Amino acid sequence: MANLTLVQAINLALAQEMERDDRVVLLGEDVGVNGGVFRVTEGLAQRFGEHRVQNTPLDESGIIGVSIGLAMAGMRPVPEIQFDGFLGPAYDQIVNHAARFRNRTRGAITIPLTIRVPVGGGIHAPELHSDSPEAIYAHSPGLKVVMPSTPRDAKGLLTSAIRDPDPVIFFEPKRVYRAYREEVPEDEYTIPIGKAKVVNEGDDITVITWGASVFQCLEAMDALPEDVSLELIDLRTIDPIDTDTIAASVEKTGRCVVVHEAPVTCGLGAEISSRIQERCFLNLEAPVQRVGGFDTIMPYYKLELDYLPDAQRIGKGIMECLAY
Amino acid sequence: MPKTTVYTASIENLQILDEDGVLDESLAMEDGRPILTDEQVMYLYEQMWIGRHLDEVAFKLQRSGRMGTYPQNKGQEANAAAAGLAMKKGSDYIVPAYRENIAMHMHGLPYHYILLHWMGDERGNQIPEGALLTPLSVPIGTHMLHATGIAWAFKLRKEPDRCAITFFGDGATSEGDFHGAMNFASTLSVPVIFYCQNNQWAISVPREQQMNSPTVAQKALSYEIPAIQVDGNDVFAVYKAVRDARRHCVRNGGPYFIEGVTYRLGDHTTADDARRYRSDEEVSVWAGKDPLIRTRKYLVNREAWNDERQFELENRAKKIVHEIVAAAEGIEAPRVSDIFSHMFAELDNDLRRQRDTMRTSSIGQDPSQIGLRSQPQNA
Repeated sequence: MANLTLVQAINLALAQEMERDDRVVLLGEDVGVNGGVFRVTEGLAQRFGEHRVQNTPLDESGIIGVSIGLAMAGMRPVPEIQFDGFLGPAYDQIVNHAARFRNRTRGAITIPLTIRVPVGGGIHAPELHSDSPEAIYAHSPGLKVVMPSTPRDAKGLLTSAIRDPDPVIFFEPKRVYRAYREEVPEDEYTIPIGKAKVVNEGDDITVITWGASVFQCLEAMDALPEDVSLELIDLRTIDPIDTDTIAASVEKTGRCVVVHEAPVTCGLGAEISSRIQERCFLNLEAPVQRVGGFDTIMPYYKLELDYLPDAQRIGKGIMECLAY
Repeated sequence: MPKTTVYTASIENLQILDEDGVLDESLAMEDGRPILTDEQVMYLYEQMWIGRHLDEVAFKLQRSGRMGTYPQNKGQEANAAAAGLAMKKGSDYIVPAYRENIAMHMHGLPYHYILLHWMGDERGNQIPEGALLTPLSVPIGTHMLHATGIAWAFKLRKEPDRCAITFFGDGATSEGDFHGAMNFASTLSVPVIFYCQNNQWAISVPREQQMNSPTVAQKALSYEIPAIQVDGNDVFAVYKAVRDARRHCVRNGGPYFIEGVTYRLGDHTTADDARRYRSDEEVSVWAGKDPLIRTRKYLVNREAWNDERQFELENRAKKIVHEIVAAAEGIEAPRVSDIFSHMFAELDNDLRRQRDTMRTSSIGQDPSQIGLRSQPQNA
């Protein structure tokens, strides 16, 4: 075991997969000698050579486009897009190409590709450095979308993503990057894509979240009245959604709150609450409650903590749901 | 049939004021006078000095937790200052990236707005009435299309003496939108100046990893846009290039491309540490080409500058920057409801409800539904 931050756990997963499989190559802006702007690829260019940890031109569309080519030709590219807000130029390549090749070639050409993207707010960053676009990509067929919240999950899930035969967007909550350390197995292991994790077991209400919001939910949980028994689920994979774990919990509790940083309208909370009413309608004691970002542009950092769901607002949502 | 040459290309480099502050008279003189008067050079020197001092104070504000991430302009000031002077205030449009503080200020943006932006406050982008510029652009290489569109509007409305200038870095030339902007500008033939501040580094990626071409300027030739490379640390060369480019744009109606060869003396931003990827030797070579040093030498040689003037400027700069910081820090806190205030000309019902209940409800549930079950069911 090693005591690692999220950054270090991801770095270790990348190093182990590069060691294990020569086809794995990293590419992106500043991922080389500089180790990426968050130092996630620190030391990898020095260890594996700059030909396997390639600094690229400043061109997000290009980064994903050539990664698709690499993947077609038998490599296992792991491109980095520097910030969530800079996914824009790469959207065409991700949604119109990476996501579609398997289907449009009837399986003849496949794209094993893992796109790493730091995501989310709360770190006092400039504009376009704090967005949560996971629902956009979950809505796009042909992509898997993963967002771990802990170092241990990140290492296992990234290993699975790199070995996955299809394109995966791997969102890394930057608010958690160096927030804490956790014991992480040094040996390689995988955590399956598509499996949620029950962080805390409880009977009265289910709270579903992912990414950095897991920690705000834990804070909210600690502030609840002692007699409230809360079940907290960390989705870990956004798409495919682990509906079985969600349904099993809500069948037990009858109440559910979904929490995410992204704007609430057409956010993942809408999809999850729809699945709950499809699977657990007769178990529900209250409408499924969503606590998300407002339907506004992510504000600059002076107001970002008023925008992001914090423990207080999540706690309100939980109490509102319990009171129904 | 012999092969024929159907296209040849070359790029000229212009330097007028060298690193020692010595002026090339043959290039600098027009009608018996230098293209910049001593008063103009002094003005540019003072603007660069104040800009540099603000830059250094901004760095310290970030380090002491009083401001967020900040990208220093240090070393590149001559580009923004001389280009800003060559453009016509109140009629031309400035479309910056984020290392053109001086040009933005010269064209009407109060300096404390720039600090406000990096202090995480959108009010720093609230361009004052009459100032013709767009806010600092954080996404790389996307805003040159906007400048092209602005120039197109000038053309459509037949406004003859107007021109747009857009600034961007060497890294931005890798983005597809950069090429789109040049192609639109060229095919539509609109009055826009593309000014590349080639500062040699895109965060940690050096120019030679960014592109294999020896100049940035040559990229414009493939769009049939006239292009020149200038010493971007030379106020005379930058001023002449932009002034001539503007004349070309206004007279001929088409775009122009300028590559200012310069250097980012600081880190990419305060979140970066350039010592990780570039050598001290390289930095010190470029420190010797500092635009402030050579401009001052020139003025001293002309006997237009002396130690007393320098002392007065430094004190004035301190006072000005102190007031800028006080204005940025003294602004009242934004209202939390401002998150909603500027989403649309008129807020829809959903947004109004979210705004009105943001302090009292969790947002997900219609407030009228909260506690419904606990109310008497059969009343």
